[in-house]
Amino acid sequence: MANTEQVKLLGFWVSPFVRRVEWALKLKGVDYEYIEEDIFNKTSLLMELNPVHKKVPVLVHGQKAIAESFVILEFIDETWKQCPLMPQDPYERAMTRFWTKFAEEKIFYAAWNALCSLGEEKEKAIKLTVEAIEKIEEELKGKQFFGGESIGYLDIAIGWMSYWLPVWEEVGSMKIVDPLQFPATNSWMNKFLKHPMIKENLPPRDEMIIYFQNRSKELASKPHEWFRTP
Amino acid sequence: MGAVKLIGTYTSLFSIRVEWALKLKEMQYEYLEDDIFNKSPLLLKHNPVHKKIPVLVHDDKPTAESFVILQYIDETWKDNPLLPQDPYERATALFWAKFADEKHDSLVSLSWKFCLQTRFDVLSLSLSLSLLSQGQCLVEAYTAAWTEGDEKEKAIKSAQESFAFLEKLIQGKKFFSGDDTIGYLDLAMGWIPLCLDVMEEIGGMKLVDAKKFPSLLEWAQNFIEIPLIKERLPPRDALSNYLNMIASYKRSHK
Repeated sequence: MANTEQVKLLGFWVSPFVRRVEWALKLKGVDYEYIEEDIFNKTSLLMELNPVHKKVPVLVHGQKAIAESFVILEFIDETWKQCPLMPQDPYERAMTRFWTKFAEEKIFYAAWNALCSLGEEKEKAIKLTVEAIEKIEEELKGKQFFGGESIGYLDIAIGWMSYWLPVWEEVGSMKIVDPLQFPATNSWMNKFLKHPMIKENLPPRDEMIIYFQNRSKELASKPHEWFRTP
Repeated sequence: MGAVKLIGTYTSLFSIRVEWALKLKEMQYEYLEDDIFNKSPLLLKHNPVHKKIPVLVHDDKPTAESFVILQYIDETWKDNPLLPQDPYERATALFWAKFADEKHDSLVSLSWKFCLQTRFDVLSLSLSLSLLSQGQCLVEAYTAAWTEGDEKEKAIKSAQESFAFLEKLIQGKKFFSGDDTIGYLDLAMGWIPLCLDVMEEIGGMKLVDAKKFPSLLEWAQNFIEIPLIKERLPPRDALSNYLNMIASYKRSHK
């Protein structure tokens, strides 16, 4: 039976893509073995399990390996039915997928670009990030979480904002999520971080600061290569 | 089930892909052609976030982003399923569709870089992001088409490495989704028979030759022969003009 097969997760401690998979597994109460992978020194295991992209996260369920965090999230939701993450209604599911894609492209990558750029480019990227968050702010109005009363797929998909973004703001000396401009987003970020399954599953902040200080400096000095993964 | 409308553009492969899905499901729908340089109030109303086609409107509820639309169609109309039922097989199909077609993170970032560094306007950003959301394989092929010299060689090599994965994936099968009928993954790959030779012509290059990629080319041939696919192909010159226009824009805004 599917649910009794062993689950492993290949990850990297500071990756927000990996954390979102862990949050899903923890929320569903799925036991798994976590295997830390040094993405700067990739093992043959990772190359074997994700030969196409050679990236984490990779979820291994029995003999099956699945890559790409959003593909993994949907797989998890379909395989372990308790605590459903996606809504049931097809239209609401479509909206969830739409906003997931939007947040990843327009907020995540814009904010990452802002962190790794300088001068005018940085300013432009910050502006674009803020404009995108305005849309998310609208979506959150009147709701505790994107999922309604409880955490759902979209909260997990965008959850990185609550913890990684403030670190990037600090490292990059930027102000993106102004609590006065974005009260609903700010409130959601706080609630998300307080959830027991989330707050016990976050990388140490001081180590994150050092990591992103080094990483952003490195990438900012190589203008054609900064598009590498965080 | 309520009325279905599709707002699209005749030459857009995202739009075509949704039409193929609607036809596979044998659905009735009203098609509304939109001009990307002169967007209709209806499009702006139904996709205020991105202001892009395709947009599916079902029972007055709009859905945007072609892959989101495909999954919505598949979950709403259960006959002739596009995606497999098994969660792992479904995950595999979604993974390869993303590889072939959806945004590849490094390439989305590259597009951002392009937009941030140039005096970009809405059109440039829209074109870049639309191109980018087409993902690794397609973007590499396209980059190879509009660049020159070292950049071109690099893009060709990259594209061929990606095609090699697809060649392996299709070996021993008639279609990506199995032997009998096309599905989600074939629709995701549909840009290959549609645009590839036009891109090769624009770029003066050969990306997918018969010796190295026989299975992929055979799949392309089989795909294009399917009646519902064949009847929704834009005329080659219209497609060529459209892609040429994007290439010229990119070359002059380097």
